[in-house]
Amino acid sequence: MRVVIGQGSCGIAAGAEKVRKALIKENIDARVSITGCIGMCYLEPIVDIYDEDKLTRLVKVSESDAPAIAEYINTGDRSKIENLVVTDEDSEFLSKQTRIALRNCGIINPEIIEEYIEKDGYTALKKALGMTPEEVIEIIKTSGLAGRGGAGFPTWFKWNAARNSEGEEKYLICNADEGDPGAFMDRAVIESDPHNLIEGMLIGAYAIGAKHAVVYVRAEYPLAIKRLKNALEQAREKGIIGNNIFGTDFSCNFMIKAGAGAFVCGEETALIESLEGHRGMPRLKPPFPAQSGFWRKPSNINNVETFANVAWIINNGGEAFAAMGTEGSKGTKVFAVTGKVKRSGLVEIPMGKTLRDVIFDIGGGMKTDKPFKAVQMGGPSGGCIPADLIDTVIDYKALGATGAIMGSGGMVLQNWHQTHARDARAHHQGRGQRGRYRAARRTLLRHQGRRALRSRSDGSEPCTHHHQIFPRRV
Amino acid sequence: MDNCIDLSLLDGVLDEYASVKGSLITILQHTQDIYGYLPKEAIERISERTGIATSEIMGVGTFYTQFRFEPVGKYLIMLCQGTACHVNSSELILQTIKDELHIEDGQTTEDGLFSLKCVACLGCCSLSPVMMVNEDTYGSLTPDKTKKILKELREAAV
Repeated sequence: MRVVIGQGSCGIAAGAEKVRKALIKENIDARVSITGCIGMCYLEPIVDIYDEDKLTRLVKVSESDAPAIAEYINTGDRSKIENLVVTDEDSEFLSKQTRIALRNCGIINPEIIEEYIEKDGYTALKKALGMTPEEVIEIIKTSGLAGRGGAGFPTWFKWNAARNSEGEEKYLICNADEGDPGAFMDRAVIESDPHNLIEGMLIGAYAIGAKHAVVYVRAEYPLAIKRLKNALEQAREKGIIGNNIFGTDFSCNFMIKAGAGAFVCGEETALIESLEGHRGMPRLKPPFPAQSGFWRKPSNINNVETFANVAWIINNGGEAFAAMGTEGSKGTKVFAVTGKVKRSGLVEIPMGKTLRDVIFDIGGGMKTDKPFKAVQMGGPSGGCIPADLIDTVIDYKALGATGAIMGSGGMVLQNWHQTHARDARAHHQGRGQRGRYRAARRTLLRHQGRRALRSRSDGSEPCTHHHQIFPRRV
Repeated sequence: MDNCIDLSLLDGVLDEYASVKGSLITILQHTQDIYGYLPKEAIERISERTGIATSEIMGVGTFYTQFRFEPVGKYLIMLCQGTACHVNSSELILQTIKDELHIEDGQTTEDGLFSLKCVACLGCCSLSPVMMVNEDTYGSLTPDKTKKILKELREAAV
């Protein structure tokens, strides 16, 4: 038997480490190990007990449950843990999802490379190294993969531009400066499946011809940094990164840079400035990073979730990825569903589903009896989508048409208790480095004043009309 | 207090990074790990060793929210002000901490135990409202739970 405890940041904050220690103290006849975040954050701490392939999932476990769990493992007596076993309804939170980027999250141990390799890890890299870089880019083109950080720009196009850019020295950069409030899928991927990110990055580096890869991670994610460092070390020992990878003439070295807390550094040119040790002030474009990026060399920057799809695409083919989704948006997207929602966590579903599917069918609707009012999407660059647009299809264009954006995938749900203008100020974290943000702040303050007056005069709830306070990201 | 700064603690960091271009932020992060903040003397030493003007170091240091120029307490409370936490009433938690510790955002308690800082989204939104104390995350906070945590931390410090 195997006992696996979910130890992403959420799990640890909910007490998973205490549960693990308590279980180790009990004399149990099973191997105790850890995993990352399965995405059912509202049920943490989660303990999975594997008897061969049969899984018993226990949820909301506390340290005082350790003796009962030990009894079940040692004697098979389930009576004392029945109340901890995940319900069918909660299991649907996972069974209704389609997981590609998150496929290993909450299943494998992120600190042991062998567990990733067992799940076909690094086979996509091997396969890619047997192709020409152009062929790799062609597969990504067929897949329709687009930038998951928010902009939704075709990944192949950026790779191709960086590939065709002249220069011996090129850089591949991963943007893990996940700053949009309400979004935490990148943290989950790094904490739970760091090798998937590394493999995606290596394939990207091969495609564009880069020998250097850099991951820019938020300093607020200490666990992600620790697990990524550990993963890089293990990959290095196995010869998966470094010189002459898998005996080919492809070489690539990795570097981790910790961000220092600046929302604007999620913007790619600001991120590059920060990597170079400067204030994170965005550069004027053009030239684009593909021509002149890190140290003025051709550079390509993609988001964590984008890279997390790459290995799967190489192994399963671009067509398989493109078979999911809509005309203009292919594959799956991960959403972090939070706020006043019943089941808060990570949801990965094919594009083309509706907001209702995510919020009500999988998320379970509101957690209080106050009705759903709006969902904030896309962080400060996005907007609030009101209840009457709940059947909007998840697609870059369709969401853009509401005035919000797909963004990095944060969905913060609001109920009728909340007022938009106040919330808007709370999620505005831009610091005015860009003219449009400064203008946005003035608009916001004007809105706030007007709304405050209105609520005072008639005492009614503010209207639910979506108002786009923040302009769209360029 | 500034007089007691032991600058030799910086030597290791500077030996490793001073000549590596683009390392200023990394150097400042290590410096803050050592002293808990960025002392003036340390900034001057970094400037001497890297050749970067103190004005530029200050420019970078003040740009990023991670860096501090005053000492902080034993426990640095970072209270998340992200959207999800806000929607789940982080304001109540802020008020509780202020009432319990009698400090405002950015201040340190007189006994030097606690410093309070309101920060942008910590990425633990499913457990909102959330705070980090040093490197530990505490989620699903309520005023009572917050009081209990503060009490436990205070007792642990004795």
